[in-house]
Order: sequence, then structure tokens, then C-alpha cells
Amino acid sequence: MGLEYVRISPGFEKYMPRDYVDLVKYGPFGRKVDVMDMGQFKELVEEHPMCAGCYMAYFIRVFYTALPNPEDTIVIGTAGCARLALSQAAVPFIYGNYGDTNAVASGLKRALSIRFPDKHKDVVVIAGDGGLIDIGFGMTMHSWFRREKFTTIMVDNEVYGNTGGQESGMSPKGVQLKMAPLGKKFDKINAVELAKTAGCVYVARISPTNPKRIAKTIRRAILAARHFGPTFIHAYTSCNIEYSIPTREVLADARKREKQDFKFYEWMTDEVKEFLEEVERKEKQEVKK
Amino acid sequence: MPEQRVVEPDYLLLEAPREKKFITGSQAFAEAVKRANVDVAIAYPITPQSETMHLVGDLYAQGYVKDYYRAEEEYGAMSAIAGAVRGGARAFTATSGPGLLRGLEAIVSWPGHRIPAVLGVMTRVVNAPLSIQPDNVEISYLLNSGLVVLHAENQQDVFDFTLAGFVISEKVDVYLPVVVATEGFFVTHAKGYVELPPEDMKLPPRDPYKAPVPPTDCEIPPARIQRDAPVQKSNFMSYLIHAVWQQEVWSANRRAAKWIKHYLGGLIEVVNPDAEVFVVASGCAAAQGREAQRYATMEGLNVGLIKVKSLRPFPVDEIREALKNAKAVIVPEHNIVGWLAKEVKAAIPNSGIVVDGPRVYGGMTLPVELIMEEIYKAFGIKKEKKVVV
Repeated sequence: MGLEYVRISPGFEKYMPRDYVDLVKYGPFGRKVDVMDMGQFKELVEEHPMCAGCYMAYFIRVFYTALPNPEDTIVIGTAGCARLALSQAAVPFIYGNYGDTNAVASGLKRALSIRFPDKHKDVVVIAGDGGLIDIGFGMTMHSWFRREKFTTIMVDNEVYGNTGGQESGMSPKGVQLKMAPLGKKFDKINAVELAKTAGCVYVARISPTNPKRIAKTIRRAILAARHFGPTFIHAYTSCNIEYSIPTREVLADARKREKQDFKFYEWMTDEVKEFLEEVERKEKQEVKK
Repeated sequence: MPEQRVVEPDYLLLEAPREKKFITGSQAFAEAVKRANVDVAIAYPITPQSETMHLVGDLYAQGYVKDYYRAEEEYGAMSAIAGAVRGGARAFTATSGPGLLRGLEAIVSWPGHRIPAVLGVMTRVVNAPLSIQPDNVEISYLLNSGLVVLHAENQQDVFDFTLAGFVISEKVDVYLPVVVATEGFFVTHAKGYVELPPEDMKLPPRDPYKAPVPPTDCEIPPARIQRDAPVQKSNFMSYLIHAVWQQEVWSANRRAAKWIKHYLGGLIEVVNPDAEVFVVASGCAAAQGREAQRYATMEGLNVGLIKVKSLRPFPVDEIREALKNAKAVIVPEHNIVGWLAKEVKAAIPNSGIVVDGPRVYGGMTLPVELIMEEIYKAFGIKKEKKVVV
């Protein structure tokens, strides 16, 4: 069905809200849009309930633009900041229980594969560091061990932002946060290496300073997951509230952290590399035509 | 695997010829799954449930079930079932005791998400000290969650309740998960006679679009499906939406009653409706209550039995009607808290006639003599009598 559900029934055009009409007319459904097209349709431009200056909201907005197949994509989140924005968008969203994203995604992806064996129905988990690497750690790891064919994106703000600023497994060592009154006692968990070891076929670490690169990374992760197995993106999305980053310095902070801890890193298996090169070569040819 | 043809649920459950087999309760669960056209089965091992899910795994290997895996733990299993069902699949899983509690957060969210799955619960001790025996205190955790809860007395009930459970859970006016509980070991690892319909027949596949809540499969308008998620709104709206939705879940639970009556012959079974003293019991305790009723009748005592098949929806009206002339009501149970006695007391106006017990726990068996003692007391018979065998 795909695109049918983002069409407006004939005769109803003049009654539809402007943002919905713009979404159908200019949005990413059924066509490839560039991150430069984002201003043409309302997707997390207004109304999202994130804090002013939230870098995670920006990342999520780019994410929706980057989806290769938004009309057949389902996003899964868990308790935390990310779901506040994820549930506002025009892509179906499932909000599970605490930390269970990758278990829900496993069942969902398998059900969709049974029901739609000839279609690509992309399943993408976007959850925070607490959801994926603390409370949901076992479910995250086992979905990778089982080689489930969906993408996991960790929006790492290095803190439990939504519950008020507690230390997480991804907080840097020594940082003083609620529930770490004397500073965090151990290092940031190396999620990317865990993902590689656990069987992800495509792994990336980014500080989202470059929207085109974010989009390319997300697209690659989703396309690889369709055919080869689990994929993982570790994205730094700062918490300007708990880490007291002035709004106007959020991007500068992302650049600084990129140099320190989040230098762009991308790893993939040889077969994924071959596949993506072929896909991207064909896309370039189509653009030239 | 024989080729299976799809037949209507009413035919498969009520009309198809049946053949008698001598099988365990675990096999009875699997025989129901074999005929239920199940898409996905996901489970985590725990005694005494494991054997059932081994057998369901064999069904997957044979092609009766389309997908199957051993989950990382119960929370993962129950969450994956939720994902599969939200994707439009028909799903089955099972657990026991501590496993049920480990998965409970996910399980109790199923009714609110309108997840029509079937969950087998093979009861087992929960509390410390550790035991793997079939205490059924865990059922009390399920009673206030919105799930439909059926309690099977024997292997035949396990088969009938499970197969009917898939049909009842997917009725548009119900659309809730159905729990089929039975005592672990006593039923799951013991054999009984079960009348089975042919194995070359199966239920029609699940139609996920015949639903009050559509599947999340990108096939259903509108695009902004979660735009008004209640959690995003003001607290006032959030409370209100949650409250309304919970009421709807419980209304749906009550609406399951008519389908339980249709497919399983009623929410309760009454033996000797004109009795003065009744034994009211569910699950294995009903089997022991049935024996006590038989002995009492042989001794000339006017005793009846009410077997409660459906714990949710609870048959308040039926029990009140059946007990309107009763002088005493004895409620034997396999747990220390007496959840069924509380339910029965709440259902009738003269709760003083309810005897709290006998109860056994920790997985002990429930001797018929214990029930007989209460029957003698109810009749004012002072001298303890020996049971006539």
C-alpha cells in the first residue's frame, strides 16, 4: 500500500490543515528529498515538545528526511526524550515499555516479513543511551546476536534527560550528575565496539555537525539492515539542559565533542560495502539522467 | 505435516469430529497451537513451561508455525510478542511463576495496546524459598490487568481454552490478550484424555484490519497516526484519555463473556444446582472439588460444585444466581492468599457463608479429605468421616 496512506482523499483538500497538505506535497513520501528541502514541509518544525536548543530534536528532524522509504517505515522508541519528538512525526511510531525497543522491533520486523514478504518494511529503533545500553542492554545485544534485520540508532545525550539528569552508562567518567553525587565511577561504554562484536553489519559513530553526512549515514544503515542484518548508529545529541550548554553554543559543543570523542567513524562488512557502493553508483547515474 | 485446510472457528471448535487421545497438558497446548494457524511463537525457558514451548518449536520445524525463537528473557519475549502482534501476526507464548513476573510489565501493557495474543501460564511458586511446584498465587497478579483469564482444570480444558482463546481474543468487540492458566506439572506433565478435532484443519488466518486498533504496518491512514498520543498532552488530558481507555479495556473484557459462553459453554459449570453446600473452585482445585462433590453425594450429602472457567471476566451474576440458596460455600485453592475466595465473597451479598479454604501452597497437592472436612463442618457433622473410595 505504501503511498496510499499519505494521499489526501479527493474533495478534502481544502479542509486539510496546511501542514498536512505541505507534507503530502513537499514531504519525503515517495520521493528522495535532500536535507536542504526540510523547510518545505512541517516535520518537527513546530510543536515538538523538546527543550529549546535541543540537539536531539535537530537530529531527529534530519532523520526523517533521510529515510529511504518513509511511507513504509515504522519507528520504535522507549521512555526518554527522543520519543517526545518521534511521536509527533508522520511516520508510525511505537512506544514500548522501559528499554524494550529491540525486543519489540524483533517481533514487529518478523511479523512484517511474514505478512509482506515482497516489500521492504523498514523498522528503525531510536532510543537514548539509558534505554539501549542500560535498562534495555540485554534486549539490544540479543537483537544483534540474533541478526535481526533492523537499524538501531542511539541518540546519546550522556544522561537521563527526561527523568531529570541521572548518570547513565554513557555519561563520561568523572562527571557529576544526579545519582552520581561523587562523579561517575567508570568510563563511557564503548557501544560501537560492542555492536561490531555482537554482529552488526554496519556501524557508525557521529557527532551530528553535518546534516548531509547524518542523512547519508542513516540511509546506509537502513539499506544495509534490509538485506544483511542489524545496523547501529551512535549519535551524540547533547543535553543542553543537564550539561548547561547555552543554546547558541550547542553546535559549537557538537564540534568540540566531535574532535574529542565522536570523530566520524564508519565500519561495515565487505558485502555491505559492495552493496552500498552499487546502490550509490546507480543513484548517481539517475541524478545525471 | 499434513496439509491443513482453513475451516470456520465455529466448525473447528464446536462441530468437527473429535478423536480421543491420551496426552499431557503440554501436548494439549501444542495440539491447540497446531490448529490455530499461529504466525509467531517466542518464548524463554522456565520450568514447568519449557516443555510446551519445545513442542511448539517442533511445530515450527514442521511448518505449522511460521516463526519461532528462544528469547533473551521473559521481558524480551513478552515485548517481542507485542511487536509481532502489532505488526499483524497471530502469536503464542507461555511462561511460569517467576518468568511471568519478569515479563509482567510487558504483559500488563498488552490490554492497553489491544494485543490479541494467547499466553499460556503454567503456574509455579513465585515467592522464596525457591520451589518449582505448581502454586498458583501468580494468577492474582493477572486478575487486575485487563487480560481475559481462563483457568483450565485438565488437559481437555487446556486444549479447548487455548484454541478458543485465539478466536475470542481476535473478536473485534474483545481484542484483548487471553491467558490460559493451568497448574504446572499437575496438568502439564500428567496425561489425560483429550478429544481433538482433526489436525488437517486450522483456523482462518488473523485479519489484522478487522480490529478496533489497526496494526502498525504502514498500510492504514492517516499518516500522523500518533500525532495525538495522550502522553504528549497536558496532565488533565493525559489522565482523562488514560481513564477512558482503561474503562474501554474493561468493557471489552466484559464483552468477552458472550464469546466464552459460545465457545466454551459458559463462564462456570454447575454440578447439582439444588445443593445446600457448594464447592466453588477453578483449575486443579476444581478437579479435587469435583471428587469431593462425588464423595459427598455417595455419603448422602447434598453438595454441589461450581467450576469457575473464566476468572476475567469474572462471572459475578452467574455465581450470585447459582449460590442464591446456598448455606455454605467452600473455596479450595492452590495458593496462600485466597484470591478466588475474595472474588466469590465480593460477588455475593451474604459473604459470611464463604469458607476461606482449604488452601495448600508451595505446590502441595490438595487432598480431597481437606475439602471433605470443610463439607462436614458445613453440615454440622462433628465426627470426621473417612472418605468412601
